[in-house]
Amino acid sequence: MLTILFDGIAYGMLLFVLACGLSVTLGLMNFVNLAHGAFAMLGGYATALLMNRCGVPFLATLPIAFAAPAILGVALERTLYRRLYGASPLDQVLFTIGLVFMAMPIANYFLGDQPQQVHLPLFLQGRVEWGGVGIGIYRLFIILVCGAIAAALQMFLIGTRFGAQLRAAVDDARVASGLGIDVDRLFTITFAIGCGLAGLGGALAADVVGGIDPTFPVKFMVSFLIVVTVGGSNGVLGALLGALLLGVLDVAGKYYVPSIGAFIIYAVMVAALLIRPQGLFARSGGR
Amino acid sequence: MSGEAARISAHLTRRARWGAGEIAFWIGLVALIFVAPSRALLINEILIAGLFALSLDLILGYAGIISLGHAAFFGVGAYGAAILASHGINDPIVGLVIASLIAGLVGLASAPLVLRGSDLTRLMVTLGICLMLGELANKNSWATGGADGLSLELTPIFHLFPIGFTGQRNAALYSLAVLFLLFALARRIVQSPFGLSLRGLRENRLRAGALGISAPRRLIAIYALAAVYAGAAGALVAQTTQIVSLDVFDFHRSADALLMLIIGGTGFLYGGIIGAALFIAIKDGLSTATPEYWEFWIGLLLVALVLAGRERIGARIAGLLPRRARGSAA
Repeated sequence: MLTILFDGIAYGMLLFVLACGLSVTLGLMNFVNLAHGAFAMLGGYATALLMNRCGVPFLATLPIAFAAPAILGVALERTLYRRLYGASPLDQVLFTIGLVFMAMPIANYFLGDQPQQVHLPLFLQGRVEWGGVGIGIYRLFIILVCGAIAAALQMFLIGTRFGAQLRAAVDDARVASGLGIDVDRLFTITFAIGCGLAGLGGALAADVVGGIDPTFPVKFMVSFLIVVTVGGSNGVLGALLGALLLGVLDVAGKYYVPSIGAFIIYAVMVAALLIRPQGLFARSGGR
Repeated sequence: MSGEAARISAHLTRRARWGAGEIAFWIGLVALIFVAPSRALLINEILIAGLFALSLDLILGYAGIISLGHAAFFGVGAYGAAILASHGINDPIVGLVIASLIAGLVGLASAPLVLRGSDLTRLMVTLGICLMLGELANKNSWATGGADGLSLELTPIFHLFPIGFTGQRNAALYSLAVLFLLFALARRIVQSPFGLSLRGLRENRLRAGALGISAPRRLIAIYALAAVYAGAAGALVAQTTQIVSLDVFDFHRSADALLMLIIGGTGFLYGGIIGAALFIAIKDGLSTATPEYWEFWIGLLLVALVLAGRERIGARIAGLLPRRARGSAA
């Protein structure tokens, strides 16, 4: 049972890294970015290709899996996303679905529709028994890395000037810009970090989900959205708790009641939206 | 009756008349099926997609309810028709009516959930409901056949005209008849005072409320009606292809309907049908040219449409039409 809890936490941590960028986009600019998964796919592909074609070691590919989507994110944000900030949610949805529709054939065209596998280095393979609980070493690695990222993000948000500006802008962008905060620049940087984290998440997730393939953006779009809706769209903590809840429920649900499978997490999402439309773990009293 | 009320009522009556262009449109559709029987399969697909897009237009274009999971009702209709057929109700028309009503009930039940909260919440609730239903269909394979799907055995319509692979022209005519009847009903509804009040709600909920129009009941009614329409489209797909599988609940299906509606224009009943025709023609053309990558061009079109401002394009096209056509199109 503890093993399942452990796997669930590892999966939840992964979802957190994948989705936290989306939660900021949604919270800061009220922007529905359904194409978030495409950035995660890019990160996953970066790692898989560098390892399989160039022989770069796994750990060395991770910074690139972060950087590539972050750079693409800045480029797209500057040129395209920017034009749609004031637009209706319908236009934003259409635009980002369009991007997803473009990203999938591009990946298919260059890399084919077979999943690209990420082969873990030896020291991350295998399991250890620890007090009767079987622990996958890679799962442990994921929890450590993602936990460190979550902690770093939280410190960054709480402790730095940039973080304070970001929190102010999420609470009320208009007042924040009235106080002289450059919300545009803030958003570009945050968007880039979010895309980068998605890419890193994609790279880390490749082994867990059985390789990266061109349908990745659509397959995981729903999971991201659930994390954001359950966690609420402000703050690292909400997204983290949402992701953990989802990860544990998903893994436990598939193990204990396989007959209803993914039904549980969808039901949780709809229920969460009905009870607290602003997110289960959101601070009350916000917008 | 005061002068103002008489003026409005005269305006409504005038708008309710079928224009010559509209009559020609429908006669043209019938003629098309007879002229090009070899393309009946494609025409049938367009008609059904048009009905599905019309259904989405009822909630999106007329009531301003945004949905990413409209395929939920499409799927319920399709599985409804298939399950009825596998339990001995083999008459297509009876199956279609019952399946659409079931979809309508699901719509009625889910409407209060969907109508809460903001647009963002709505997007995710609709998507979530669609996924839940898809997962239900996947896991309850005793009823739905699970991943294998279900095939349908149907009696001919009126015991005379077989539909399906042996009667593709009949199938297209059947879909056209259903589309026309439901279209005429939708046309009547959107031009009724009820339809006008919906548009008032879409434009400004607060002001409409101040005029004494209560939102929730009207929105629930139109949502359930749209679910009936989507269910009918799903039932038609199941009956004319004689097979249903889990892809009726696909996210793609909801997204495609949205796209058709955007291409054809929202808040305009012919928009869904025209959009479906254009979308499927584009898709058909592209997928023969580049079978694996046609989605890219669809995505590009979508991005371009949004960036160019779809409202502005729509207004410019409407500006080209003669005044009278604009009045009846609105």
